[in-house]
Amino acid sequence: MKLDAKIPEGPMAEKWTNHKFRVKLVNPANRRKHKIIVVGTGLAGASAAATLSEQGYQIEAFTYSDSPRRAHSIAAQGGINAAKNYPNDGDSIYRLFYDTVKGGDFRSREANVYRLAECSNLIIDHCVAQGIPFAREYGGYLDNRSFGGAQVSRTFYARGQTGQQLLLGAFGALQKEIKKGGVKMHTRCEVIDIVVIGGQARGIISRNLITGELTRHEADAVVLATGGYGNVFFLSTNAMNCNASAAWRAYKKGAAFANPCYTQIHPTCIPVHGEYQSKLTLMSESLRNDGRIWVPKKAGDKRPANQIPEEERDYYLERKYPSFGNLVPRDLASRNAKQVCDEGRGVGPTGQAVYLDFADAIQRLGKANIEAKYGNLFEMYNRITDEDPYTTPMMIFPAVHYTMGGLWVDYNLMTTLPGLYALGECNFSDHGANRLGASALMQGLADGYFVIPNTINDYLASNKFEKVSTGHDAFAQAEKEAKDKLDRLLAVKGNRTVDDFHKELGHLLWENCGMSRNEKGLTEALEKIPQIRAEFWKNVNVPGSADDLNQALEKANRVADFMEFAELMVRDALDRPESCGGHFREESQTEEGEAKRDDENFCYVAAWEFKGLDEEPVLHKETLEFEEVHLAQRSYK
Amino acid sequence: MSEKINLTLKVWRQKRGEAGGFKTYEAKGIDTDASFLEMLDVVNDEITLKGEEEPIAFEHDCREGICGCCGSLVNGKTHGSHERTTLCQLHMRHFKDGETIVIEPFRAKAFPVIKDLIVDRSGLDQIIAEGGYVSVKTGNAPEASTTPIKKELAEAAMDAAECIGCGACVAACPNGAAMLFTAAKVSQYALLPQGHPERTQRVKNMVAKMDELGFGNCSNEYECAVACPKGIDVKNIARLNREFIKATLSQGK
Repeated sequence: MKLDAKIPEGPMAEKWTNHKFRVKLVNPANRRKHKIIVVGTGLAGASAAATLSEQGYQIEAFTYSDSPRRAHSIAAQGGINAAKNYPNDGDSIYRLFYDTVKGGDFRSREANVYRLAECSNLIIDHCVAQGIPFAREYGGYLDNRSFGGAQVSRTFYARGQTGQQLLLGAFGALQKEIKKGGVKMHTRCEVIDIVVIGGQARGIISRNLITGELTRHEADAVVLATGGYGNVFFLSTNAMNCNASAAWRAYKKGAAFANPCYTQIHPTCIPVHGEYQSKLTLMSESLRNDGRIWVPKKAGDKRPANQIPEEERDYYLERKYPSFGNLVPRDLASRNAKQVCDEGRGVGPTGQAVYLDFADAIQRLGKANIEAKYGNLFEMYNRITDEDPYTTPMMIFPAVHYTMGGLWVDYNLMTTLPGLYALGECNFSDHGANRLGASALMQGLADGYFVIPNTINDYLASNKFEKVSTGHDAFAQAEKEAKDKLDRLLAVKGNRTVDDFHKELGHLLWENCGMSRNEKGLTEALEKIPQIRAEFWKNVNVPGSADDLNQALEKANRVADFMEFAELMVRDALDRPESCGGHFREESQTEEGEAKRDDENFCYVAAWEFKGLDEEPVLHKETLEFEEVHLAQRSYK
Repeated sequence: MSEKINLTLKVWRQKRGEAGGFKTYEAKGIDTDASFLEMLDVVNDEITLKGEEEPIAFEHDCREGICGCCGSLVNGKTHGSHERTTLCQLHMRHFKDGETIVIEPFRAKAFPVIKDLIVDRSGLDQIIAEGGYVSVKTGNAPEASTTPIKKELAEAAMDAAECIGCGACVAACPNGAAMLFTAAKVSQYALLPQGHPERTQRVKNMVAKMDELGFGNCSNEYECAVACPKGIDVKNIARLNREFIKATLSQGK
């Protein structure tokens, strides 16, 4: 395997324009001869499927949900960044690019990030044209707010439901193309494997989640937009069905997996409250615009918040990072929350929480104003915790939220498996070791609306596509393997539920490969994961049959993949003894306890090649070159 | 503070292609801080380990009230009786120790049951496919600030656009109508200038599809608005009717 990022020549600001001119095109009459499979219908998948269909390609799109609109992009709350500079506060494409590279702690590929910043403005134009009801000012113009890691206000939003509105826009575009006949939509259909013929991705095996039927689909290219792997931790802010299976099968078929140890722990989530808990709920980062984060100065101070006088409170982010204050990037906010809790200054019944206090903002702006800005979030908080955040400070704690790692892709978003593309959260490319808030929506839509429609034609035009039939041996074999695995899961008939195993794995990862990692913990996890996996295959209980709607079987099949994936994640974390962004190795910190990178030795993307389940994967390094942004210790002080 | 309660559940069980019926389960030691779906998880774990039957199938995904997957009738009410709440955001603190809870799938002619509590709501997507969007191709868009939009209009459009497509409005309607769902989408685009070029065709085609798929008619019961977890206003139905009449009168124009 050889990594070739295919970064175009020329100055940074001209690379994308030049590249779009240099790639080969497919003429309109020939486009309908190419079939492209798109897996996943979140922001990246829906926008890609719709746009490629507009161009004339035949699209088959897949989602495990009953409707494309359910994808978890829908839950993104706060907003989407763009370099419009409407507030006239010094923003530019270059600044968005710079902030994103710096926010990612210099572990992303400059050329991809620059392109992302360039596309950001087109996204806003397109989404407004789609009739997305973005927040507006009284003059009728678009409103912006601030997000972490930036000193400008560049975040566009639709109340606390920006992801929902953007996804419904992309979903509408998808429905438009379905109606026109350009997209064939397969709902309640999970992709079980990728089929490779002659070294190219040429199709998939899917499972109809109602009937259990396995079906073969052939195509000239396969686009994965299947999201991240955060659910490997069991508890996360991801939706219950989010999974890494398609990406993992791609890895096992020859696509390199990059930086799996980069996971983002989001600082503002509702704290864990019980063993039965099935998921964690995010409170948007936008709350940090007006909320102030604090804990008592004294360890073990159990007084209710309103009885702790001002001078006995520690607004630790404002104290430590005066220039960014409560709006430091997510990794810093999370790590500091953990630190104060470790010092015994955490609040709430478990001591694993910090306050996010709106008292000052309510006094300054009035309750009505705060309600208009954050009403739905406050309501959600109240539903879950039964507390009123208008009168009592919110309690928050970090939780697994997003994964920066993913399938390795080149500048064209193609993986190392020819014909297989990865978009949105399921690729690794734009966020380095830490993603800034409001950048995931930007990336998903940039990839889907603007990047893939300009790059996939190069592959389709430069390769000859022999007609493949679904009767090909590769399809038969992939289908048989899928069937055997499902049958094996059903045959175990053990004593423990799938969730029970998933929780055990998740707990181990949270403790040993979570917000803070060290060699001992990682080594221990690396030993334990195969044991949990072996026990899973010996003792899991999956009821029901394979030829029916069987949610336990769906889950078991995904957890079986997480059991394998977890090992790669921990191995990658162990293999990177430097700290960077969300990957904090205790062995590598500055005197003030901040993440300390080691650029001399680790300024690369770690791309892992699968060699067999019992073999060690092979590490390939893509060296990161920084032409524009000078490598520097990140400072938000 | 949370406490533990015991409940009796009467749950609708139905296999694919067969008739269904209620079965009784005990939900013991349920934490009042747990969500309704987490309570079902606990019951399902017990059913699984007992091994006599399959766990209860129910639809869910985000569990934070936005994806629109979940929803069942709880004691006859869509998403339970708590105002403006999806089932996943309904917490067990609203139930009493010893209570019996009846759980069944959404009931509507256009929502056939697939299994247990899972119904087929694909009709809603088919309605959207008839025009629940602005037909703008990627690349067509002018600069975003070209068209200022009155804040009040943008807010009203957003009020309508908050619909999560859960189908509770259909299930709550005595006629099984999808009027509130359709009206929310029609309204969003009727309020915004971007929606205007297609407004005539949009409303006609979406309403026609609604009728074709077996969704009922609106007889102003307003049950839909009470059931809506996002508080979509019935005013939108009035707006849909106005749009529809205007569209019919302007036939051929």
